[in-house]
Amino acid sequence: MRIRASVRDGVTEAKVLMQHPMETGLRKDESGALVPAWFITEVTATHQERVVLRAQFGTSISANPYLAFHFHGGKPGDRIVVSWVDTKGDRRSDEATIA
Amino acid sequence: MRRAFLHAVGIVLAVILAKPAGAGGDEDVQDTSAGIERYRQMLGEANPAELDEARGEQIWKTAAGPAQATLERCDLGLGPGVVKGAYAQLPRLFADTARVQDLESRLITCMMKLQGIAQADIVAKPFSTSTVRSDIEALVAYVTAQSRGMPMHVPLDEPQERQAYSLGERLFFYRAGPYDFSCASCHSQDGRRIRLQELPNLTTKAGARHAYTTWPAYRVSQGLFRSFQWRLNDCFRQQRFPEPVYGSDATIALTLFIAANANGAIYNGPGIKR
Amino acid sequence: MDWKRRQVLYAGGGAGFLAELASLGLLRPAAAREQTPRAGFVAKTVADVLSASGLAGAADSAQVQLEAPEIAENGAVVPLKISSDLPRVDRIAILVEKNPVILSALFDLPEGTDPSIATRVKMAETCRIIAVVRSDGKAYLASKEVKVTVGGCGG
Repeated sequence: MRIRASVRDGVTEAKVLMQHPMETGLRKDESGALVPAWFITEVTATHQERVVLRAQFGTSISANPYLAFHFHGGKPGDRIVVSWVDTKGDRRSDEATIA
Repeated sequence: MRRAFLHAVGIVLAVILAKPAGAGGDEDVQDTSAGIERYRQMLGEANPAELDEARGEQIWKTAAGPAQATLERCDLGLGPGVVKGAYAQLPRLFADTARVQDLESRLITCMMKLQGIAQADIVAKPFSTSTVRSDIEALVAYVTAQSRGMPMHVPLDEPQERQAYSLGERLFFYRAGPYDFSCASCHSQDGRRIRLQELPNLTTKAGARHAYTTWPAYRVSQGLFRSFQWRLNDCFRQQRFPEPVYGSDATIALTLFIAANANGAIYNGPGIKR
Repeated sequence: MDWKRRQVLYAGGGAGFLAELASLGLLRPAAAREQTPRAGFVAKTVADVLSASGLAGAADSAQVQLEAPEIAENGAVVPLKISSDLPRVDRIAILVEKNPVILSALFDLPEGTDPSIATRVKMAETCRIIAVVRSDGKAYLASKEVKVTVGGCGG
């Protein structure tokens, strides 16, 4: 994951890039077989341990999902954590500090 | 001979005259171009190539191969381990291999010499697929990103470098394959396109600069990061040419020809394309 | 651990999630059940998606802004930005009218988080993207048609 967060005029902008194939279950691979659905279902973002966003994703969020969101109350140096869960039960979590 | 020539001309004309489906005239084409420009601009705001850059940096710094060494002593032309600015001066002549090399072939040299990995293993699967990610493509993302914001300046000081340029130029105009195509069939005139994909004129400074600085790139249609060796490989495939050997002198010469034509352009780091 | 059980645990017991996985061929249909947090992802019409997501009765509003390109070179990645001047927005939904799964994403915004989201969606064909926001319990929407095309051979 790549997370970038910066604050201006009291609003923190967080931009996240997540690595995930987000398979729809409708695609065929090189041999012609259907690639099973496999995608991130939930994303949670916290600022200093407080949840600032909960997202539910479906199969039609693009591969390698991008997400940008904005919230109040952040200051430079504060910790942002973004975590996701996918249909296989895999989890990833990453953090960044607000610039 | 003449029939092949007329056949090729016919194809070229079809390419020039192709219009997007439903288009009424020039204004429609203009609107479409503006719309696509906006699409590309919005995409440029966050490039998934950054994920490959991070992965490439990790691979660069991770011990691998029989020698269990990292790539941190790899010489890309500016000295062992110097990555910043290295891409902007490639391809170029390297004394240790006595070859003109591009980034991908130089990475292979380093993986062989520093890490002891066999060349055959590296070039067996140089391009990522949806299930297997290529280490070289991630390394390319990392190294090229370290030349972001710098002017391209491929040197043509050495006789071998100038020979590579001439070879690249000849290959660019060389007609072959069942359709008698050359790179020039699509890339030697201004204003050409295939359906909605514009075809840069690689023989001019402007065209070469635009094209060469937007590769390597994350390709959204594939969800994968693609290097310039991949771009050449795919062009060969579309021309129905035999598959080029990965990192061969021919591919390096073509790369150098286009890169040198692009000299002076500011490289803005890995691109993002449809 | 039994794979299905693990999914239920991670989804916090969401049975609608099972229905969704079943519809994607990841589970036997018998495991599927009714209503839930993810019910919107199995709904088959825009109206049903909205009802299932607590956004029924959404009306067009100039106070919801949806920025998306007129034309997308590749339907696999269509960038969009949603914003709104409405107060106390606690939920945002992105719908793609003609996709096999209409609901693309659902966002829950706690207090202090602005109704300002950007992401990228897949579009199967030219159709409308619909952005829905809920403010003070009422739903409002903005929509935009995006033309989807496939570019030519190179590039």
